[in-house]
Amino acid sequence: MTDVMQAPVAPSSRRRWVETLALLARNPMAVASSLVLAALVLVALLGDRITPYNPLAQSIPDRLQAPSAEHWFGTDELGRDVFSRVLDGASVSLQVGFVAVGISLFAGTLIGLVAGYYGRWLDDGLMRFMDVLFAFPAILLAIVVVAVLGPGITNAMIAIGIVYTPIFARIARASVLSVREEVYVRAARSSGARDLRIMARHVLPNIAAPLIVQTSLSLAFAILSEAALSFLGLGVQPPDPSWGRMLSEGRSFIEQAWWMALFPGLAIFVVVLAFNVLGDALRDVLDPRQRSAIAGAATGRARDERGLERDQ
Amino acid sequence: MTRYVVRRLAQSAAVLVGVGILVFAVIHLVPGDPIRVALGTRFSQETYDALLERSGLDQPLITQYFTWLASALQGDLGVSFRTGQTVTSMILERLPATISLAVAAIMVALLIAVPLGTISALRPRSVVDWFATVVSQAGISIPDFWMGIMFILIFAGTLGWLPTGGYVPLTDDPLEWARRLIMPAVTIGVVSGSIMTRFVRSSVLEAMGQEHVQAARAKGMRARDVLSWHVLRNALIPLVTVGGIQLAYLLSGVVVIEIVFRWPGLGQLALQAVQQRDYPVLQGAVLLFAVIFLVVNLFVDLLYARLDPRIAYR
Repeated sequence: MTDVMQAPVAPSSRRRWVETLALLARNPMAVASSLVLAALVLVALLGDRITPYNPLAQSIPDRLQAPSAEHWFGTDELGRDVFSRVLDGASVSLQVGFVAVGISLFAGTLIGLVAGYYGRWLDDGLMRFMDVLFAFPAILLAIVVVAVLGPGITNAMIAIGIVYTPIFARIARASVLSVREEVYVRAARSSGARDLRIMARHVLPNIAAPLIVQTSLSLAFAILSEAALSFLGLGVQPPDPSWGRMLSEGRSFIEQAWWMALFPGLAIFVVVLAFNVLGDALRDVLDPRQRSAIAGAATGRARDERGLERDQ
Repeated sequence: MTRYVVRRLAQSAAVLVGVGILVFAVIHLVPGDPIRVALGTRFSQETYDALLERSGLDQPLITQYFTWLASALQGDLGVSFRTGQTVTSMILERLPATISLAVAAIMVALLIAVPLGTISALRPRSVVDWFATVVSQAGISIPDFWMGIMFILIFAGTLGWLPTGGYVPLTDDPLEWARRLIMPAVTIGVVSGSIMTRFVRSSVLEAMGQEHVQAARAKGMRARDVLSWHVLRNALIPLVTVGGIQLAYLLSGVVVIEIVFRWPGLGQLALQAVQQRDYPVLQGAVLLFAVIFLVVNLFVDLLYARLDPRIAYR
């Protein structure tokens, strides 16, 4: 029975993914940001095997050297190579980003799925709780969570994960509400499938698109949040290199050594930009509502252009 | 409309109760004895007892909650573990700095977003549109505290045009107040403005496609008049929401920017409270932020329903 139900879902969804990737490959910005992120993952995985110097090795005689052929990004106040530290910091940023967003994605989707699927008091209770979390500005909530748990990289991940959970819960719930009464869900329900199975096999695959888009955008924000927390001294602790931490050290030496603050910030900027651009590209391809909005805007656009031409 | 207002008020009240419980819980979630933690390693038993009694932490949890709630409702947020000052006075002291910065930043944001968003919507796929997209995408992705540090490096360090940071009250020296406000306000304004540019662009695009705009154009109205009479009026309604949320966010402390520019606002107060484990101050500041956030959101929603009556009937 359930096999019959799945048959139309599985191949079409696979085809949809291939289609999605093909569409994405046609967007040069999406390709460029994917390449940047792939390079970043590679750097993070290889870690200090590819850094020209040991990112933790101090060398006081070489302190505060300007960028040169030997030290591309200069050296910091302890004579450590800034380029090596920026490369090494990639893994921290990515790790915090992925773990934190993983927490939000998992918890948020679960909450949104349950709230949207069961409705009634469960929906009210869970979503009001999400509203409460949403009532705090993001960075502040993260600071409070770290204040309670104590500073450190693990707690920073948990804090950022909690902060972004309500967004995923809201998106998941809204999507569940729109598919809950679809024929295939009703059919599965009337054929006696269990709730868990319906949610996993029929609801989840059909609400995945907006969640994927949000994941990419949240990764951008999570990396920014980690940098901010570490900048405030609440995230990654010394001597481990983290871009936010390096920025805060660089700030103290801004008059003698501009390179200490410039390069870690640039690294954060590039990575966050890549996740944002990829997220936008994914939304254009994946989110049908947004797609029709774009199509609508495009037709409106065509009309507008004609109108403006006449006016000029 | 009345039903909508009532429903929205009830919702906000419910969230506020939750916020209260969460903020109250903060002090109890901290592992260990908050007073011992706050006092550090060296303190006398008397100091400990005095603080314990004053903080009411020796009472049963439920009593503590209601005592705290009752005083919070009367504007009494307790006394700082560190300075002995009342939390309310500490917050009030910092309010002018925070409000100055938030208002200046939102003005910078609007000055960026409205023209840039409108022009790029009027010339879709043009160079201007492309430029606006790149600028707003970059503005959203840039770490604001890094931008702030770079501004300090360029405008305070290299060029020496502006002071590196600090705050001077408006009443003491208006010129110096403005000079010190420029860099932090622009830093925050660029980020907020980038977010808002996207909204302005898409809502202007949408308004341009509306039938009454087409009709106005068909009857031969000048493009400039169509824009000001029919397009912007409608297109800027959604901006109320986005702008309101941005303002709420800015009022509730842009912690990191305040640190970068040594700006003595609420965000800095909250961070100091965390670092010094001054829990009453942290609770007070966080509660205030959440209330500001909720009230501004509520106000924005109600205003929006008033500007666009369709909302209330949904």
